[in-house]
Amino acid sequence: MNWGSAEAFWNMGGAATFVWGSYAVTLIVIVVELILLFQRRKNTVSRLLRLRRGRSARRQPANVSESP
Amino acid sequence: MLGPFIAVLRRDLLLAWRGRADVLVTIGFFVVVACLFPFGVGAEPNQLREIAPGILWVDALLATLLSLHRLFAQDHADGSLEQLLLSPEPTVLWVSAKVLAYWLTTSLPLVIAAPGLGLLFDMEQGSLKVLCLSLLLGTPMLSLLGAVGAALTLGLRGGGMLLALLVLPLFVPVLIFGAGAVDAYLGGSGSDAHLLLLAGGSLAALVLAPWACAAALRIAAE
Amino acid sequence: MTRSRFNIFRFAVPQNFYPLAGKLAPIFAVTAAVLFLAGLWISFFIAPTDAQQGEVYRVIFIHVPAAWMSMFIYLVMAFWSAVGLVFNTRLSAMMAHALAPTGAMFCFVALWTGALWGRPTWGAYWVWDARLTSQLLLLFLYFGYIALINAIDDPRRADKAGAILALVGAINVPIIYFSVKWWNTLHQGASVSLTKAPSMATTMLMGMLVMAFAAWAYTIAVTLWRVRSLILERERNAEWVNEELDRLEAAA
Repeated sequence: MNWGSAEAFWNMGGAATFVWGSYAVTLIVIVVELILLFQRRKNTVSRLLRLRRGRSARRQPANVSESP
Repeated sequence: MLGPFIAVLRRDLLLAWRGRADVLVTIGFFVVVACLFPFGVGAEPNQLREIAPGILWVDALLATLLSLHRLFAQDHADGSLEQLLLSPEPTVLWVSAKVLAYWLTTSLPLVIAAPGLGLLFDMEQGSLKVLCLSLLLGTPMLSLLGAVGAALTLGLRGGGMLLALLVLPLFVPVLIFGAGAVDAYLGGSGSDAHLLLLAGGSLAALVLAPWACAAALRIAAE
Repeated sequence: MTRSRFNIFRFAVPQNFYPLAGKLAPIFAVTAAVLFLAGLWISFFIAPTDAQQGEVYRVIFIHVPAAWMSMFIYLVMAFWSAVGLVFNTRLSAMMAHALAPTGAMFCFVALWTGALWGRPTWGAYWVWDARLTSQLLLLFLYFGYIALINAIDDPRRADKAGAILALVGAINVPIIYFSVKWWNTLHQGASVSLTKAPSMATTMLMGMLVMAFAAWAYTIAVTLWRVRSLILERERNAEWVNEELDRLEAAA
């Protein structure tokens, strides 16, 4: 174990800005990538579902005109 | 075998001659950009002499970049590119001819204009000679790599900026050895190694780039 | 022999690869998370303080794996591009597309951590060190690739143009690296090298390797997830996508 106390750990021998700056930004970038990734998946699926609904609506125009 | 090569080369040179203004604009750009630097960094002769090779090389790179779209754009627009692709002649052959014509009409004038600009920066005769030689040996590689980029971005929106983004990182080695040649000459270690590497790079590009360029053109025209 | 060939080409079909990717991605994601936590533990609690640099050197545990990964991903992209051009398989190009953003991400991480490490070590956030400079140029290559495939609307053309660019870039990466290295030694002599650690303790090396494996697993997981979206988009007119959409709609 390298650290006497929690403060010593967060202080990183006086290099806190650099060490934690590196790790924090890396973490943020990874989280952002994951968020974008799942957003993309969601957008893709919803767009395809929308497209499909549009297509099936166009395929049976007779039903649509009858319904009102 | 060389028939189509000569034919395309002659045609492109003729077209360039008829549109001389374009070529002159490129040289004008080259001169004007070089003349801007003393205003930016100050007119101290020693400093100017020191940065001159780098400035002229970056300048040549930018001038090449700005004229690259000329290489295929017009042929693409008027359909002659498609005709050439449909012709039975090997694509690599006439692509090489087009790049050669481009180099003769764009890079060669820059090489010829460079000594005059070097004088503005108070470069001495020996380093001027090395600079011209490095430009002469290095610009073919710029033209060849640039041709691949131009073929890849043919007809795309925002093609100009995209082209810059694609090819500028690839130009870095040429810039390093080109500008480095003069530094090495002035430093006394001789510029042979740099010039040989530039020539080697150009030859390697001459072997590989036309293939990549031909493939890219076929994709673009599909 | 014939059996293994059969298997490879079976999964070159997007329809077969899509469910496989869906099954594999979470496994790799969990692996990445576990390895990442283990790597963090090693880098902060097991690896000793460096005698010369003090605690700052702990940046190495993300800097070096990120730099490795960014270069490796570019090579893998070039590999898939070549496969796509030679065998004309759609999936290979999609893999190359899916890898690019993650490669650029690791490239950025390597640059960012390099700058933060450089400040206390070299006294400047940025020096034109051969490694840092070629890393920067690699980032530009990634940007160029991503910009090119996004600028082309026709997916087939985007695949092939991107493949050519990736191959041209991959040929140039070593040239760029060596030219930059040469230029660097000419201009400022031997600079402090980032990985110059004469007494590189085995725990340090271990930490770096664990982090590198975490980065591998992370890259695979993210790429598989991304390629799933790409497959759905590209194959949207296929019947199996229709069925998959039925399933997704029912689940939602």
